Amino acid sequence: MNNKETLIKVENLKKYFPMNKSNILTHTQNVKAVDGISFDILKGETFGLVGESGSGKSTTGHLILRLLNPTDGKVYVEDKDIYQHSDRKFRKMRKDLQIIFQDASWALDPKMIIEDILTEPLRIHKIVPRFETEKEVKRLLDIVGLSKNDAKKFPHEFSGGQRQRIGIAKAISTRPKFILCDEPVSALDVSIQSKILNLLTDLQREYDLTYLFIAHGLNVVKHVSDRVGVMYLGKIMEIGNVNTIYNDPKHPYTKALISAFPDPNPEVKNERIVLKGEIPSPINPPKGCLFHTRCPYKMDICDKVIPQLTDINEGHKSACFLNEEVMAKIE
Amino acid sequence: MKNLLKVENLKTHFKLDDKTVYAVNDVSFEIKKGEIVALIGESGSGKSVTALSIMGILPMPPGEIKSGEVIFDGEDLLSKKRKDLKSIRGNEISMIYQEPMTSLNPMLKVGYQIKEALTIHNKAKGKEAKAKAIELLRKVDIPEPEKRYNSYPYELSGGMRQRVMIAMALICNPKLLIADEPTTALDVTIQAEILELIKDLKNEYNMSVLFITHDLGVVTNIADRILVMYAGKIREIADTKELYKNPLHPYTVGLMKCIPRLNDPTKKLYTIDGNVPDLLKEPKGCAFYERCEKRMDKCKDNVPSLIEYSTDHYVRCWLYEEGKNE
Repeated sequence: MNNKETLIKVENLKKYFPMNKSNILTHTQNVKAVDGISFDILKGETFGLVGESGSGKSTTGHLILRLLNPTDGKVYVEDKDIYQHSDRKFRKMRKDLQIIFQDASWALDPKMIIEDILTEPLRIHKIVPRFETEKEVKRLLDIVGLSKNDAKKFPHEFSGGQRQRIGIAKAISTRPKFILCDEPVSALDVSIQSKILNLLTDLQREYDLTYLFIAHGLNVVKHVSDRVGVMYLGKIMEIGNVNTIYNDPKHPYTKALISAFPDPNPEVKNERIVLKGEIPSPINPPKGCLFHTRCPYKMDICDKVIPQLTDINEGHKSACFLNEEVMAKIE
Repeated sequence: MKNLLKVENLKTHFKLDDKTVYAVNDVSFEIKKGEIVALIGESGSGKSVTALSIMGILPMPPGEIKSGEVIFDGEDLLSKKRKDLKSIRGNEISMIYQEPMTSLNPMLKVGYQIKEALTIHNKAKGKEAKAKAIELLRKVDIPEPEKRYNSYPYELSGGMRQRVMIAMALICNPKLLIADEPTTALDVTIQAEILELIKDLKNEYNMSVLFITHDLGVVTNIADRILVMYAGKIREIADTKELYKNPLHPYTVGLMKCIPRLNDPTKKLYTIDGNVPDLLKEPKGCAFYERCEKRMDKCKDNVPSLIEYSTDHYVRCWLYEEGKNE
């Protein structure tokens, strides 16, 4: 897997949202949604991002698509810096980068029939000649498992699972290289969820797609991902191969997160690591390691020094002082 | 153990202009004292409507309880007057919902809202009520309850808000707590805590719990027994361990197989074909017929009945009814 090329390179990415405080005596406070993260997404892989709500997963995704502009840092898509271009020039690149939302209705105009919805990106990005759009729409519907009669219907006439299929059809219509899947199955019933996940895996194989998969369902992320990054308060705590992360996690937060996931087998009594308290405010994040306020293994050093994300094994990085490699870096 | 709640042949329909939605169609089950029973099913299966019917808070019209009995502690709730129900609702039966923000008043401090409920149910007044409210907040593991008493709902996280709702539900030491998807909107870490809390409180207050969810993983961790609902009918009832080891109904089997597991490397997930049926038509045969892998000719036009296949394991499927009703 290491010989795969990098499609997306994220470098020290930061996004602070300023909070408007009307009091002139206080400084403008920032919500540090994403606070200096770096990782690579390889061609053809699925990179999963997990973490609790408010950990900055979605913001990271939106930064990669340039739906937001970063406070600092860079994102390279095939070695091209996406923030460097003007909006106009970036539009050409945009067709390579697509998104699937949690609820496809956010992406589907309720007043347009499916045919028009799917034709629009084809025309804008000149994917197929004008006279072939109708054929292309039918082909897209067929790929995602809808019938060609559905082309004349409005979004509200579909169920949640079908709407997600339309969302997927729209995303793949521009023949993208990369799709951000932002909680694509969280709103769906389990029997529908499995169909959508299968569809996404099939499409990936067929069209050589690269996914950034954001979800809070740990089993879903495990199922689809090749590599996983664990986020907490805007920082990556651990990153590695999916099996390493799930079977041999090195960071206490990853351990706690995985142990909290309820196993459907009632015979399995998983040793749950109960975390104290809740995720701290990103306006005033804890000093030192962000996780120290809830960590069951907190040491003296943890609230003083920020642990750096460090290689533990090949391709496996953790940012916790319990790992010698992280400790060695500060001494 | 004695039955606390017995629901019998409950039929709840929704009357639309010219159509009827058969939301709950002949549901029977019981909940014993001190038992956690989970009701699982996909959206539109009728889980929540069942709960609303039990609570007597179904919007009527368009809702309509066609027939059935809801026997709670020896009394039929459905034949009771509205006024009499009031003393049971919130008192002996409490309910918590998926999104606490829709149940809490955003303009009032959470402490005030708990105090209000205490006053209405004549549990305490004034300063005493405040002290009791703080004690309840402590009971549901809210840190710094004195400080939180003065917080507005928006100042609390989702998990904290759900704890406040649980505190309010506990005010009258209810005999039955109905929890409608209480952890669906929460993160796994918070979900684990809330599940533990509900389990602990159940023991402390000796309550029964009806736990409604779509997530099998959540259910098997908390429930003693599981009811599987599909298209307005209960399809299978069994002890949690029995159901997991030995699911009978093809729907239950499918439901279990299509969840991705943490320890399962297969890349292709099992899927159940088709969609949830339209509840606008009263199904002639088994409602799962269209999607069932094991369908037989007789399933199409004959409604199977819920039979006891083995001790305390009930299933509604023709596969297990060989020789009966021929």
